[in-house]
Amino acid sequence: MKEELVEKYFRPGRLPHLWCPGCGHGIITGAIVQAIDQEGWSKDDVAIISGIGCSSRASGYLDFNTANTLHGRALPIASGLKMANPKLHVIVVSGDGDCTAIGGNHLIHAARRNIDLTLVVFNNSIYGMTGGQYSPMTPVGSKATTAPYMTIEEDFDLPSLAQAAGATYTARATTYHTQLLIDVIKKGMEHKGFSLIEAVSACPTNFGRQNKMGAPALMMDWQRQHGVPLAAWNKMTEEQRAGKFPIGVLSERTDRKEYTEAYDEVIARAQAAL
Amino acid sequence: MGKVLLMQGNSAVVEGAISAGVRFYGGYPITPSTEIAEGMAKRLPEVGGKFMQTEDELAGMGAVIGASLAGVKGMTATSGPGFSLKQEMLGLACSAEIPCVVVDVQRVGPATGQPTSPSQGDVMQTRWGTHGDHWVIVVSPTSVPECFDLTRRAVELSETYRCPVILLMDEIVGHMRERIELPESYDDLPKFPRKVPSCAPEDYLAYRDVDGTKVPPMAPFGSGYRWHVSGLVHDETGFPKGTPSATRTSQDRLRTKLTDRLDDIIMTESYRMEDAEYAVISYGGAARTAYDAVDAAREQGIKVGLFRPVTIWPFAEKEIAGLSSKVKGILVHELNCGQYFLEVERAVHGKIPVTLYAKYDNESASPEEMLEEIKKMTGGAQA
Repeated sequence: MKEELVEKYFRPGRLPHLWCPGCGHGIITGAIVQAIDQEGWSKDDVAIISGIGCSSRASGYLDFNTANTLHGRALPIASGLKMANPKLHVIVVSGDGDCTAIGGNHLIHAARRNIDLTLVVFNNSIYGMTGGQYSPMTPVGSKATTAPYMTIEEDFDLPSLAQAAGATYTARATTYHTQLLIDVIKKGMEHKGFSLIEAVSACPTNFGRQNKMGAPALMMDWQRQHGVPLAAWNKMTEEQRAGKFPIGVLSERTDRKEYTEAYDEVIARAQAAL
Repeated sequence: MGKVLLMQGNSAVVEGAISAGVRFYGGYPITPSTEIAEGMAKRLPEVGGKFMQTEDELAGMGAVIGASLAGVKGMTATSGPGFSLKQEMLGLACSAEIPCVVVDVQRVGPATGQPTSPSQGDVMQTRWGTHGDHWVIVVSPTSVPECFDLTRRAVELSETYRCPVILLMDEIVGHMRERIELPESYDDLPKFPRKVPSCAPEDYLAYRDVDGTKVPPMAPFGSGYRWHVSGLVHDETGFPKGTPSATRTSQDRLRTKLTDRLDDIIMTESYRMEDAEYAVISYGGAARTAYDAVDAAREQGIKVGLFRPVTIWPFAEKEIAGLSSKVKGILVHELNCGQYFLEVERAVHGKIPVTLYAKYDNESASPEEMLEEIKKMTGGAQA
């Protein structure tokens, strides 16, 4: 990322970050900043709300209206903020555990409401901050400190989950596919409604090491090999798809009303009845 | 000229909130508080405010915190089981100093308990419910008009002191219908604006005491003052800092911003206490019995009065300690097994007898029952 973007969007004195060497979260944070920069939004008009975990520390490094809140609870707080000031561009930063385990209920309901939030899920397949326990997005058959004999729980397909719950924009990219990641975050920010972007990240310290995935560069190479652009994905057979995942914009629809706009109609109806 | 209405306590809370400028509500239906959610769903959009029925109690509280960050006054309401679920968020609001009003219309507990029966079993939970040392304000109304007034006061206190304020009600007060006189228009009633920074945005530190009140100005998100909210221990910049001195400094300010202003925060009522030789202490719905019991005792020549704490927390320590040098005995009546009683005992410090009249059988006490308890305390003493 360009030096001037660091100067412009990162808070002075808050770096260095706490992420481990080889962690992908810095790439995702950088992608968010580049997407915001491309939009040309004023920093005053952007809010970044996060929960708890490695990913959620991103909010503190960034020079916007920011909140590092409670584990799993970023979405409700962001929803209230957006309702109170719909002009704010509200971006929610969450991790796979934060978003899909302890915050899972909030996820499906924010998606169902189609409230105009951009949720970027930093998916490193593990609880990193607490030292490597499995999350609902740890691939089944992985090792974790709480699964020393391998996980037996199937992991979520997060964009599909969000689509089913009503999200009107879903996308996935990886930290290897950086340009795509910037693009899908930017599109999600432009989308009017609930947007979910799964950003596949690498946790060499707490996931890679336990699962013998090798050096950070090799974990990014794993992303290159397993993340398949949607056009190619659509031409693959079930056998070819095994163990891989599609990347790109996975769904986008415009047939549902955005929540804060729908609520403006509630106000109009209430006031017409007075 | 006002309008005279027959109104339920929960509805008076709604009107109090609307009149005080509350423009956001997030919550989940739960007996016996549901009428507050229903009332807010109807009234808020009428005044341009917003209501969200959230997926759970946690999200309701979270949405209120989010709205408050944008500078919009927010409220939520619940009962025991939901109040338990809100505790984590209450802690965030305490730590990050985010004004909000939380109404707890108590039911019998623990667990599902008895949803439509009166209890005051959450008194200690309002004080100590969320983890960690923390400081909150809790006020408790006894009548429907007071539901209106204290909701307004709760909004004022939360905005003045940048902390969550709990309006502690009970099923009696929440569901009781009573005469209330409301103004035709709320336009002229105070709306308790939040203190915002006057410095340049680049000079703003979100947790710096700039005027000696220990309550830092709070800039709404989106106003050009970019700051960071954190539930981690933080210094005056708002960014995490967990050193022993930063932790102590933060804790001291969070506590003393309230304890320095007890004269403003603590509200009490004295009923027939002028020449009283004995005192009943009771609050909320339970105090309604006490008024009648005191009157009945007075008719029999017993010099007893009612001391009613309106502010439950911070505890009216000075007032109750003072009481112990004026009267010969105190009877604490509450609808639990004795919670506020423990604090009264502590403040009285053995100077005079303090007895507990605990009622925890899903019903309020009758004045006759309480009169008997008063007589036990006074030993049938008559003038």
